[in-house]
Amino acid sequence: MNPAVGIVAIAAVSVATAVIGFYGLRISRTTGDFYVASRTVRPWWNASAIGGEYLSAASFLGVAGLILLSGTDALWFPVGYTAGYLMLLLFVAAPLRRSGAYTIPDFTEARLDSRAVRRVTSLAVVIVGWLYIVPQLHGAALTIRTTTGLPAWVGSTAVVVVVCLTVVAGGMRSITFVQAFQYWLKLTALAVPFVFIVLALTDNGTPAVAAAATNPTGLAPAGPYQNISLLVALLFGTLGLPHVLVRFYTNPDGHSARRTTLIVLGLLSVFYLFPTAYGLAGRVFAPGLAQAGQADALVLLLPGRLIGGPAGELLSALVVAGAFAAFLSTTSGLVVSLAGVISQDVLGGSVRGFRLAALISATVPLGLAFMTDSLALAGSVGLVFAFTASTICPVLLLGIWWRGLTDAGAIAGMATGGLLCGGAMVAGGALGAGGTPFWLAQPAAWTVPAAFAVMILTSRATKKRVPRTITKVMTRLHTPERPLATER
Amino acid sequence: MPDSPLYSAAAVAVIALAIAVVVGVGLKVLRSFRELGTDAERATYNTLHAASKAGQHLRTGLNPAGASKASKQLRALLGCDALAITDVSGVLAWDGAADELRPRLMGLAADVLTGGRTQVINAGEYPVLSVGRIASAVIAPIRAGSRVVGVVAAFAPSAGAGLVRATSEVADWVAAQVELAELDASRTLLMEAEVRALRAQISPHFIYNSLNAIASFINTDPTRARELVVEFADFTRYSFRRHGDFTTLAEELRCIDRYLLLERARFGDRVQVSLRIAPEVLSTVIPFLSLQPLVENAVRHGLEAKEGPGHITIAANDSGAFAEVTIEDDGVGMDPVQLQSMLAGHTDGEHVGLRNVDARLRQVYGDDHGLVIETAPGEGTLITMRVPKSQPGHDA
Repeated sequence: MNPAVGIVAIAAVSVATAVIGFYGLRISRTTGDFYVASRTVRPWWNASAIGGEYLSAASFLGVAGLILLSGTDALWFPVGYTAGYLMLLLFVAAPLRRSGAYTIPDFTEARLDSRAVRRVTSLAVVIVGWLYIVPQLHGAALTIRTTTGLPAWVGSTAVVVVVCLTVVAGGMRSITFVQAFQYWLKLTALAVPFVFIVLALTDNGTPAVAAAATNPTGLAPAGPYQNISLLVALLFGTLGLPHVLVRFYTNPDGHSARRTTLIVLGLLSVFYLFPTAYGLAGRVFAPGLAQAGQADALVLLLPGRLIGGPAGELLSALVVAGAFAAFLSTTSGLVVSLAGVISQDVLGGSVRGFRLAALISATVPLGLAFMTDSLALAGSVGLVFAFTASTICPVLLLGIWWRGLTDAGAIAGMATGGLLCGGAMVAGGALGAGGTPFWLAQPAAWTVPAAFAVMILTSRATKKRVPRTITKVMTRLHTPERPLATER
Repeated sequence: MPDSPLYSAAAVAVIALAIAVVVGVGLKVLRSFRELGTDAERATYNTLHAASKAGQHLRTGLNPAGASKASKQLRALLGCDALAITDVSGVLAWDGAADELRPRLMGLAADVLTGGRTQVINAGEYPVLSVGRIASAVIAPIRAGSRVVGVVAAFAPSAGAGLVRATSEVADWVAAQVELAELDASRTLLMEAEVRALRAQISPHFIYNSLNAIASFINTDPTRARELVVEFADFTRYSFRRHGDFTTLAEELRCIDRYLLLERARFGDRVQVSLRIAPEVLSTVIPFLSLQPLVENAVRHGLEAKEGPGHITIAANDSGAFAEVTIEDDGVGMDPVQLQSMLAGHTDGEHVGLRNVDARLRQVYGDDHGLVIETAPGEGTLITMRVPKSQPGHDA
């Protein structure tokens, strides 16, 4: 495709993000509209924002790429990404909102009454955030390389620069609307080209498909262990993602937190129809991409291939814009929540500390992205989910639902989960593609139970350390809020 | 996906973590080998360290939890076999040997509690006292002010003059800690009383002016008068509510809305207000009635004295772990020097509301979170308030 079109699309999305962040839809009224202003964010807005923040490079590019490579096995990714919200809805959303804590470290500190637990949780949150930003930057590098022909590092650097500028300059002060805008942009960017693709295909009649093309890589289907392990990682991993949980505090109470989650489930389900459809269409009409190792670029290239001419160019530009929206929204959400944690725990919580922390939290993953290669976006994000599921998720679930959790248990469990899962990831990297046994490539099925078991057993062994505030905290987490006094 | 970038990324992270742990442990080990000074210096250090450790535990007053932790430190300090701390009604803590003496201690200490003098008891007069190698006890009163609030009892094979002196010193030291704890408690009470006072302090001028403004509408525009009375009722209901010291930013904004409606009934279009509120911070918990006085200050002292229309801008922003609320007016401003001395509590000025809010914010969130006021005569006023978004201890 024409490089200029891609560059214009990317620039437009970056500018729109910055402008909305700075001025845009922050509620700005004059006299008399106090009621509008003092009304908190509606669940619909908030749900769109969560969707925008959550749908990352993995969802936008990776899912379609994986379906192209491994067919129906890859369907577990969208299923898991979405079903994770069911877990969130059932077990975490409302109690977490009622806790009044603003970040996961805040929550664990308040629940377990311990600074040490706070530090360990902060460390886990920062590691998860950094690991999660890396695939976003790889996605950006890939997008730039395939659509504009510029060197790959330009893409990741561009994302980091845009995010740093908006966050450091004090934009993103009203991040909810930016993220909500990004969700609808991403949905449009996938849905509109696909509608055109379908129309174009019905006009021309479907091209003949060779039987081999329906499974271009000839990979054997994954066994039940891999699928179960992946599902465990995605279901439990969603519970602990720092940038997703922060959004729940924008809800005024536990009830609207639940409603928001319900809407998110719907929004995500609608969204994932499209990457899946792209993946299947790719299997039939563009099997060459799988062999060329360009599976993740499928979504970017398909509209151009199937619809030629200026229409194809425009649709490609739309997809590129959507992809960039995905990288920007997820990265900025992560950078804001990481900067919050780092500035509070390390730099003392001043305004300048927050800016410095934002720079740190965006540049470290950029370094990591330069040092590593991008392969299989959805897979690498799946591993981050496994890491989250083995560290943050157990402490959240047990903290909310089990009175017996102690600070020693929480630390031991998080350390076990983190070391096991991190170790599996490192070992997998050392052994390389062919040599990794299946249980090491998908570690969640044993690291998550191990983390839970260690957390529970250590807590039982240190029963005396159950905080004295337990009854008060649990009452707060699980009883409905008092209705607001001024409600009429 | 074994070739994934995450493997290498995770490897880098794990190695960095390992280096950090090794360096941290190394520093700890090195520190423990460092030279710690002469014996006398170390003795001084140990004594002061034990005293400050015990002091922390006693800062909540004489209670079983604090006393039992403190008694360990104090026993080490006195070098006796057992040490007990009591209040006037019972034994709070017993550390060391001869636990079977515990039920008898209140009987032994009765004279000290009533007389207020240090007493030495020997097994010769009280045979019950000889348990194991213990043969005597020094019981010293804890005197807070003129009252005896408890005793410190030290048990040892023999009660030399050194132990007697040291025990009464320890008792006096405990008394000092208890007095400090009482001081803390009364300071908290005072702050609470101040908060209550501020809460009841809806300015009488405002009530008088509002009612007058409403009265002027009763004949000309009865519907509006009725609405205003309802607003007035809602405003007072919020302001006089009894429960909770905290509220949400959203509720406080509603209260300000009612307040401004009533002020506009009086000032008409002279008061213009614009709002820029980031929805993320609406559910932030803030001290009850902490914004309304700031807005009232802007109207009363900024705009009322000014000729022509005045403008107030209320903005709330999300800034990392904090919510930042600013209130800006283009009124007559204040003299910074005067304002400073008023905020420090030296003079009673017009802006008492500001001082109360400032004091409450400092009391609740610490000295870093007082009001930041930028002003000059004739230049308007900008007041900034920063509160942490996470306040698990505070119920709205």
